[in-house]
Amino acid sequence: MSWQPIILTLELAALTTVILLIVGTPLAWWLARSGAWWKEAVATVVALPLVLPPTVLGFYLLMLLGPNGPGGWLASLWGARSMAFTFEGLVIGSVLYSMPFVVQPIRNAFEAFGDRPLEAAATLRASPLDTFFTVAVPLARRGFLTGAVLGFAHTMGEFGVVLMIGGNIPGQTKVLSVAIYDYVETLQWDEAHLLAGGMLVFSFTVILTMMMLEKRIGRGGR
Amino acid sequence: MSLSVHFHGTLGRFELDVAFEAPGRGITALFGPSGCGKTSVLRCAAGLQRLNGRFALDGDVWQEGRTFRPTHKRPIGYVFQEASLFPHLSVRTNLLFGHRRTVGRGVPEHIRLDDVVDLLGLGHLLDRSPEHLSGGERQRVGVGRALLSQPRLLLMDEPLAALDRFSKEEILPYLERLHGVLSVPVLYVSHDIAEVERLADHLVLLRQGRVVAAGPMQELQADPTLPIARMPEAGVTLPAVVAGREDAYGLTLLRLDGGQLLVPGDLGPQGTARRARIAASDVSLARNPPEGSTILNALPARIVAAERQDEVQMMAVVALGEEGRGARMLARVTRKSWDALGLSPGQPVYAQVKGVALVQETM
Repeated sequence: MSWQPIILTLELAALTTVILLIVGTPLAWWLARSGAWWKEAVATVVALPLVLPPTVLGFYLLMLLGPNGPGGWLASLWGARSMAFTFEGLVIGSVLYSMPFVVQPIRNAFEAFGDRPLEAAATLRASPLDTFFTVAVPLARRGFLTGAVLGFAHTMGEFGVVLMIGGNIPGQTKVLSVAIYDYVETLQWDEAHLLAGGMLVFSFTVILTMMMLEKRIGRGGR
Repeated sequence: MSLSVHFHGTLGRFELDVAFEAPGRGITALFGPSGCGKTSVLRCAAGLQRLNGRFALDGDVWQEGRTFRPTHKRPIGYVFQEASLFPHLSVRTNLLFGHRRTVGRGVPEHIRLDDVVDLLGLGHLLDRSPEHLSGGERQRVGVGRALLSQPRLLLMDEPLAALDRFSKEEILPYLERLHGVLSVPVLYVSHDIAEVERLADHLVLLRQGRVVAAGPMQELQADPTLPIARMPEAGVTLPAVVAGREDAYGLTLLRLDGGQLLVPGDLGPQGTARRARIAASDVSLARNPPEGSTILNALPARIVAAERQDEVQMMAVVALGEEGRGARMLARVTRKSWDALGLSPGQPVYAQVKGVALVQETM
C-alpha cells in the first residue's frame, strides 16, 4: 500500500482550509454585517454544495477548468492545456465544495455577539480594522475552530467532485477516497480495509477533539 | 457654553429635533420619559448613529453638513446601559483598551490607571474576568474604561438603569465622587429624577423628540410650569454649606443662599459643602412666624410665582430671604389654604420645611 494518497489528501485538506479561512472570513463578515438586500442570494450560492450532488458541482467545474473554459485559458498562461485533472484544479474544487462548512459557522459567530462590542470598541478609539482583529475575531473564535475543523474534515472525505475534475492520477489527484474506491474495484480488500478504518478513526478523533475544545473555549478560557 | 448640540431627523415613527447648549464642565442630564429620544441624541453625539445636524465641543466641529467624524476619531468616553465589557479580556485589559489607543499613541495622560482604580474601587477586580463580576462592579469597570480613554466628553446612557436597587446605591457614591474630580463635561441620560437630582448641574428636559426646557438644574426645578414640577416627588436641590452645630441636640446648621436650615446629624466640619434636597410636599407656607410648632425650620421668604396644578393643589415658588432674593424653593399647598390665607405672588411668607434630604458632597 502506498502512503501517497494519504499525504496528498492531507496536503489538499490543509491547503483548502487555509484558503477557506482567508477567503471565507471576509465573506462571513460581509454576510453577517452587510445590509445589502442581495446578500442572502450570495449566501445561497455559498450554501449550494450542501444540496447539490457532488457530480453536478464537479461537472460544472470541469466545464470551468477544462481546456475550453476560463481555467483552460488561465492554464495556457503557464503553458498547460487545462486546469482539470491537476492538483490546483482539485484545490479550487475543494474550496468551493467545502465553503459552506467554513463560512456558515464563522458567520453565525459574527452574528451572535451583535453590534454592542463593536460599538464599545469604536468609542474606545479602535478603528474598524483594529476592532475586527482585537474584538470580533476573538469573540468568534469558536466559529473559527468549528469552521476550520469541518472544512478540513469535509475536504478529506470528498469523492464525487474529485472523480469528476481530478480523476485518479497518482501523486496529483489520487486522494484517499479515490484510492479506497480503486482498491475495492481491484478487489484489494486488505488495503481498502486499512484506509477505510483509518478514515473512521481519524474522523472520530477529529470530531471528538473539536467538541472537547469547543467546550473548553466556551467556558471562557482566556 | 462649550457644548453645542443640534440634531434633527426621523426616528422610527416620530420626528426628533433637539437643540441645546451645555457648559464645558459638570454633568448635564438629558431627562425625559422612555422613548423621548434622549438615547438617540447621545448616540448621535458619539457618532454611533447619524441624524442631520451639528455637533461641536469647544468650537471643534464633529458634525456639520457633510462633515461627520467617525466614532473612533471622537475623543469621547461612552458608558452603555449594560457595561458591555469585552468578555475575552480581563478587567485590567478592558480598562486599558482605550488607554492603549490614546496614551499609547501620544495623547497626553490626564487620567491614570491607578487614579481610576482608586476612584472606583477596582483594585481587587483587576485580574478577574468580566464574567465573574456583579452588575455594579461591571458598570464601575465600564466607567473606568471610558475614563481611561482620556475623553474630552463623557457620555453616559442610563448607566444605572439595568442595576437593582442595591447595586445602584453601591455605584452612586462613586459617580458623585467622579463628579467632583472630573474636569470634562458629562452628558448623562436618565429617566430617574432622583438620580438626576443627585448628580446633575444642568438639565435638558426632553419630550417626544423636543426640548421642553434647558438650563441650570435649580432654575428648572423651581419653574412651576414645567412637567417636572407636576411629578409627586417635585422639589429643589440647593447648594448648602455647613455653618455650625448644635451638639446638644445632634443638629447641624446649614447655610443656604438667603436662609439657614437645622438638619439632624453630623455633616462634617464647618465649611463642608453639601447638596440639600427639599421636596415640594415637605414645604408649607405661613403668613406669620409660626409659634408653638414642632417644625424647626421656618424661613422668611417671598412668594415669586404660583401655578394651579389641579383641583386640589397649588404649586408655589418662594424665594428665600425677607427681600426674596435668595434661593428658590417649591411649596405644594392646597388651594383651600391658599385661598383661606389670601396668598398671592409678591407676599412675604414663612416657608416651613419639614424635611431635608442631603444628597451629595460636592467639591
